[in-house]
Amino acid sequence: MRRYILSFICVFCLAAFAFSQDQHAPQSGGHPAGEQHGAADHQPAHGEGSHDAGCGPIEDHGFDPGATAFHHVSDQNVYNIGPIQLPLPCILYAPGHGFTTFSSGRFHPDSHGNGHAAIDGYVLVEGLVRRIEDPSFPKGEVEVGHHPYLKKEVQENGKEKEIPYVCYNSQLYPTVGHSTADFGMFGGGITSFYDFSMTKNVVTMLIVFLFLAFVFSSVAKAYAKRDGMAPTGLQGFIEPIFLFIQDEVAKPFIGAKWEKYLPFLMSIFFFILGLNLFGQIPFFGGSNVTGNLAFTGVMAILTFLVVNLSGNKHYWEHVLWMPGVPSVLKVLILTPVEFLGIFIKPFTLMLRLCANITAGHIVITIFISLIFIFGKGQWGPSLGTSIGSTVLTMFMMAIELLVAFIQAFVFTLLTASYIGSAVEDGHGHDHEEAGAHH
Amino acid sequence: MTPIGMGIAVVGAGIGIGMIGSKAMEAISRQPEAVGDIRANMILTAALVEGAALIAIILSLIAG
Repeated sequence: MRRYILSFICVFCLAAFAFSQDQHAPQSGGHPAGEQHGAADHQPAHGEGSHDAGCGPIEDHGFDPGATAFHHVSDQNVYNIGPIQLPLPCILYAPGHGFTTFSSGRFHPDSHGNGHAAIDGYVLVEGLVRRIEDPSFPKGEVEVGHHPYLKKEVQENGKEKEIPYVCYNSQLYPTVGHSTADFGMFGGGITSFYDFSMTKNVVTMLIVFLFLAFVFSSVAKAYAKRDGMAPTGLQGFIEPIFLFIQDEVAKPFIGAKWEKYLPFLMSIFFFILGLNLFGQIPFFGGSNVTGNLAFTGVMAILTFLVVNLSGNKHYWEHVLWMPGVPSVLKVLILTPVEFLGIFIKPFTLMLRLCANITAGHIVITIFISLIFIFGKGQWGPSLGTSIGSTVLTMFMMAIELLVAFIQAFVFTLLTASYIGSAVEDGHGHDHEEAGAHH
Repeated sequence: MTPIGMGIAVVGAGIGIGMIGSKAMEAISRQPEAVGDIRANMILTAALVEGAALIAIILSLIAG
């Protein structure tokens, strides 16, 4: 009974919390209640306060759950714990302008991650550093006001894009994001500056790395000290997971040479698992490292290198010139497909991990957004949807806990099976081929 | 068109993973002692099917 009362209080507090967000709206200048302050502290740019800079009335798009969700899964130049934005070092490079280094605290970010100041033409919009390319914008530290950012739709290469503009001295300045290595496929590409900053994801990786280093060194010490005795504490928690990967993944999928590849498999498994679980902690950064294509891409490149550098003669023979198949088929189909397969395998590794983790984060954000979509600032609907979305979010987080383990396991399993196919001896296959010819 | 393409890709992956799951359940009920091997291979196959759907989703994202 006490548990039911406790959970009711939790739900009620959440509803009150959601409702108090709506209460801000009338104070900040006549916006429709409930539309403006979505998801507590992470609402993307809205028109509030832009009138004092004199850029004319801003059209009100209302609460945009999609934009909120994408803002949440992206990397940031500030580390946010709840509404607090901890500054991180910014290392920015613009060709012709040189390196600029400073702390992102100098932007004076508010709880939404929007900076109040511009530094050498750099501004902080929704936690991300952007650059004003216009040379007429003043250099040095410039106060740009409480909320000078607004979004405008522009056409670029036949695609519609939303670009944040900065309103300063009655003039609108367009901003550009940092360069990305996606060759323009996901709306990025090479722009006028490069961001080498220590971002939220980097800090998260360091935290998880230090944590794992501590855990494994203490577990290793325990094995040395308590040799031959039953494992206790942390050791007892790590041992079954370690043995599971060793006995269910490494041994059956790699075969005789499993011991050589075990450290690599364990490293990627525990690092991905640690980052997956760390990203699940609400209000503590909410980092989405394993849902970042750059991170999963590096993991996939490591797998690609390990698989192809340890590939034996048998492996390359099967890729380039499959024995027992007519030459015409080999030239036309098998060799091109197998050759592409070398690159497609790590590519899908990269996408699978990223898509699964990002999807989980987006779904949770959308469930929270439901409160602001249906609540619209009234007590009744706010309370009702709060209860509903609390239950949905808790259910989704339970699923995400499962997905965190499964995706770390799948990444390791597939890596092991690719390594296994690269290092296996030809005996098993020769039998199969002989059987196929009969 | 992007959401439609993504939806079609997900339908394909859903059918595929559903069939893997149903066959794995059948196999486990026929031979409960092989549950470990079946589970590992089920997840491996499901991951491979998912890979094809993910490529389709990314391609529709790029094209759209």
